[in-house]
Formats: sequence, C-alpha cells, structure tokens
Amino acid sequence: MLDILASIVPTVLFFSAPLIFTALGGVFSERSGVINIGLEGLMVMGAFVGIVFNLAFADVFGGLTPWISIIVAMVAGALFSVIHAVASVSFRADQTVSGVAINMLALGVGVYLTKVWYGKGQTDMVAEPFNSQTIPVLSKIPIIGPIFFEGVYVTSYVAIIVAFIAWFVLYKTAFGLRLRAVGEHPMAADTNGINVSKMRYIAVILSGALGGLGGSVFALTIVSNFSHATIVGQGFMSLAAVIFGKWHPLGAMGAALFFGFAQSLSIVSSGIPVLENIPQIFLLIAPYVLTILALAGFIGRADAPRANGIPYIKGNR
Amino acid sequence: MRQVIQVKSNNRLFGILVPIISVLLGLIVGAIIMLISGHNPIEGYIALWNGAFYDEFTIGETIRRITPLILTGLAIAFAFRSGLFNIGAEGQVIIGWLAAVWVGLIVDAPMIIHLPLAVLAGALAGGLWGFVPGLLKAKLGVHEVIVTIMMNYIALYVSNEIVRSVLTDHDTSTEKIAATASLGSEWLQALTFYSRMHYGILIALFAALIMWFIIDRTTIGYELKAVGFNRHASKYAGMNVSKNIILSMVISGAFAGLAGVMEGLGTYGNVSVISGFTNLGFDGIAVALLGANNPLGVVLAAILFGVLKEGAGEMPSAGVPTELVDIIIAIIIFFVASSYIIRWALTRFKKEGK
Repeated sequence: MLDILASIVPTVLFFSAPLIFTALGGVFSERSGVINIGLEGLMVMGAFVGIVFNLAFADVFGGLTPWISIIVAMVAGALFSVIHAVASVSFRADQTVSGVAINMLALGVGVYLTKVWYGKGQTDMVAEPFNSQTIPVLSKIPIIGPIFFEGVYVTSYVAIIVAFIAWFVLYKTAFGLRLRAVGEHPMAADTNGINVSKMRYIAVILSGALGGLGGSVFALTIVSNFSHATIVGQGFMSLAAVIFGKWHPLGAMGAALFFGFAQSLSIVSSGIPVLENIPQIFLLIAPYVLTILALAGFIGRADAPRANGIPYIKGNR
Repeated sequence: MRQVIQVKSNNRLFGILVPIISVLLGLIVGAIIMLISGHNPIEGYIALWNGAFYDEFTIGETIRRITPLILTGLAIAFAFRSGLFNIGAEGQVIIGWLAAVWVGLIVDAPMIIHLPLAVLAGALAGGLWGFVPGLLKAKLGVHEVIVTIMMNYIALYVSNEIVRSVLTDHDTSTEKIAATASLGSEWLQALTFYSRMHYGILIALFAALIMWFIIDRTTIGYELKAVGFNRHASKYAGMNVSKNIILSMVISGAFAGLAGVMEGLGTYGNVSVISGFTNLGFDGIAVALLGANNPLGVVLAAILFGVLKEGAGEMPSAGVPTELVDIIIAIIIFFVASSYIIRWALTRFKKEGK
C-alpha cells in the first residue's frame, strides 16, 4: 500500500501543478465576470516563452534558469492576456469568441516564431528543466516523508501555496471582495465607487500571469520543448477544474489534483491491482465526464458568478 | 420614421462593412508580421494566392478544403441563431467522421442505399453529440459551452479507442471504405488533375440552402430565432423553449457531423487515430462569426478561410511559416467580435466627415 502511494502521490502532484496554476487564473478572471476560454492559449504562450527563454539563457543563469524562465513566462502571459481584456472589457466583444481567438492566436504566434527562430516546427530540448528532488529534512519523516517528499517537484508545492494565497486574496482582502462584487453585480459595485473596468482588467491580467505560469511549468517539468503539440487541452482541463471546483480557489485546486490523479492513473494503473483491469479509455475520459456530471448537479450544484460573460456598460440597466 | 429607416440602412451598411474591414485589418497585420520577421509580404501573399489558385489541381484542393468549413460554419451559425454557442462542433465532426466510415466499412449494399446510409449515420452521430449538451441546457440549465468542450475531448478519445480496438487490431488507421459509400468522383478528379475534390461540396451547398429554408421559411425556424432573442418572451408566447433548445443543438450537431462525413467519405476515405483536434470545428466559429450567422455569409466566409488555409501550404516557398494564416484568422475574429469598436470608429469618422 505504502509503495503504491509513494508512486502515485508524486505523479499526481507532478501532473496537477500546471493545472492548479492555470485554474487559479481562471478563478480570478471568471470571479470578476470575464469568461476565459483562452486559458489554453495563455498556457501555450507561457510554455513557448518559458522554453525559449530557457534555451536562450541557460548559459547565463545556470541552475536558476527554470525559475527565471517561469517568471518571464508569467510576465509574457500577463501581457498577452491584455488582448483578451481589451476585447472583452473595453470593446465589449463576446468573451467566449475572444477566448477562442486567443487560443488560435497563441498557437499561431508560438509555432510561427518557433519556425522563424529555429527553422523547424519544434524547439530543441531545454538544458535546464525542473528536476525532481528529495526534500532534505521533510523526507526523513516516517510514512509521510517517502510519500510526499521523495522525488517530487518543488513547483508542485509552490502551486499549492499559491492556491492558498489566492484564497486569502479573494476572501480575506478588500481587493478580493471588490473583485467578487464586480463579477456578481457590477452595477451595485459601480455605485459603491468600484471601478468595474479596472477590476476586470486586473483579474484578466492575473489570469494571464497564472496561465503563463501554468504553461511554463508544464513545459519545463513534463515535456521540455515547445511544438504545436505541447499544450493540448490542459487549458481546457483547467477550465473544467474551475467549474468543478465551483469557482473557488481551493475547490479549483482540489479539482486540479483530482484531474492530475485521473491522468496519473492512466499511467501508473498497471501497478495497481484494482485498476489494471479497467480499460485506459475510461480513465482518459474520466475528467471530462465527471465535469459534465458535476455541472448537471449530480455532484452538488455549480453556479457561475452571476455577471459572468456579460460586458458592463455604464448607465445601462 | 425617417430616422428609423436611416438607422436600419446604416445597420445593414455596417453589417457588410465590419467583416470587410476586419478581413483587411487581418491581412494588414499579417503583412506587418511578415515584414517584422524579415519576409517580403508581397511575395508571401503571392505564394498564398498560388497555393489556392495556381492550377486546376490547387483549385480542386481549395474546394475540398472549403467543403467541411461551410458545414461547421453552418453548424455554429445555426446554434447561434437560437442563442446557443456550440463550441462542440469539433467533437461532432470527429464522431460524424467515425460513424460514417464505420457504416462505410461494415455495410454491404448498392451505392444508392449505402452512400445515403453512411451520410445519414454521420449526421445522426453528430446530432447525438449535440443532443447531450442541448438536453442538459434545456432541462438543467447547464451552460452549453463547457459541456460541449468536454464532449469534444470525449469524442476525441472515444473515436481513437474505437479505431484502435474495434475497427482495427491496434492499428492507427482503418482500411478504405467500400466504393459504394464513397463521395469521390472520378469526373471531378479528372477535371482537377486528380485532386481530392469530391461531391461533398454539393451536399455542403445544399445544407446552406436547408439552413436558409429552416430559419427563414418555417415555423420551427421562427421559434428557434424567437428563443434566441428572448427565452422568456417565447415561453410566454406558448413556445416550448426546451424543445427548441434541444432541436437547435441536434440540427447544429448534424451539420457538424456532416462536415466529418465530408472528410470520412470524401477526402480521406478512412478514419485514423488523431493526436489532436481537426480544428474544423474551431475554424467553423470563425466562419460563422465572419458570415454573420447567415447561410450565404457562411458560404462566403468559408470560401475566404478555405482559400487562406489551402494557400498557406504554399507560403513556406516564400519562407513564411504556414501558421501566419492562423494568426491572420485569429485577428479577423478579434475584430469581428469587437465590432462595437469598429462601428464606433465608423460613426465617429462619419460625423467628422460632415
């Protein structure tokens, strides 16, 4: 049993981390009332920038390169998401359509630049990816140590910490209250002197930063290069985690961990007696089927923020 | 009254101007990107033109490319008309493709039965894939966007699994369908230097006609539009809103399923394990949006995007990566979606002109 856990838990954490980051971004954006189908594209942008920066500066920064890469990818994601913010907040575009365009644009730009810079459809493998490590003191704790702190990626724990920070920001600070108010009832928020557009801009840009972070962490832990097939659906899965987690940061984290678990099952299932007889296909589609069931109310109702997807036009009732 | 008429004609003018301006802006941005990345935009666009219209063969291939885009565009436009956003066209394409090829493989019948049966199977499978989100939307109020996204992934994995374990013995693609189920046409192929052009284009154009007929000439279409405009008013007027939502998603799914049929019975003649989406469904969103959800507009927009996508294949000869076209299409979508700002700029411009 302990062996099984020690093989599953690190894998779950490994697969979940990018989803957690990105889903938290989705929570911020949607809580402010801006639907973000573009999470996928934001991850693509993050993965692209993270990999390119890592390839270009591995000599300069050495062992610190992956950390600096994900910070740069965060900034790039934030900047890229401004397009979505401008379209959906200022230009009152249909937010879903704008999100779809973000996805197409990110992949187009990423692969286009890859071809222009590297002369082929995919980059080389990075020299400095994140490596799994055994955390010194903590791994010595009996039982818990080997399960949680041996052969893990530090980024996984960063993701979990960020989830708690996001929860604190959204539920324990004035900023978070305003952000949620803007997503529930923008007119009331406006009457109380909150700048609706500004809050929504901030929220979308935060989602860009977190999406970029998620994409770059995915690229630098799991695949180590960039091509058109680096991010295939992780962004949509994060969006599913947002909804499955009922638009709550910790809920989204839980959902992301669960999806990571489902993904890792299709990889480690051969070692687990109960699961080895289940055809892989069921484990593959499990996250998606469960999300639909969750939405249909079989796993408790999931209600979106009330003003989600509706552009706010001052002076309209 | 005169004012009303003026506003109306203004709206119609904007309705035509917005897409045209968006396309031009998209092409200009594309040219700027080519310039910045050190390519010659004129050479790039000439290569694009040649890629789509160089000779009979490329024209045939361009028409083949346009065919499924018309259908996915119709699918999304149809759902839009009743206020639904069918992002699931992608999954419906995959399932329609699979079902049509499946029937094409296992049924043994003369062409007059086999071909319609296979086409119908694809449309029905797509319709079924649209039925689930429609039902959930109508009965439980679940947002169709998320359900259809999830259905896309389920379609992708299920189709791959069926190809691998049911239709073949752990192979990556099935055998070719029976000739009695093929949309291929020797006549069209001979006409176009053996391109992969097939009879599907007739089905696609006919589907556009059907959509126009349903939406503009039948009670069903009237109700679907009414539900799209105002769900509550339609309910008050005695329409069955749930039924209309489900029906709209099923018809939309059937159109998308037909797009899959075009690929399965026309272009490829088989179905393969795919690592990612076909993108036909997502491109359909762009087509519907640019075509203003109107059947004729959809056909025209599909022609434009089909030409761009097919022409892109030739762009590397000018040193430009094919992805430039994806960027251009994304930018066109942004501008059409943000038509509010284009309208604003146009009215502003007009006022200053006076």
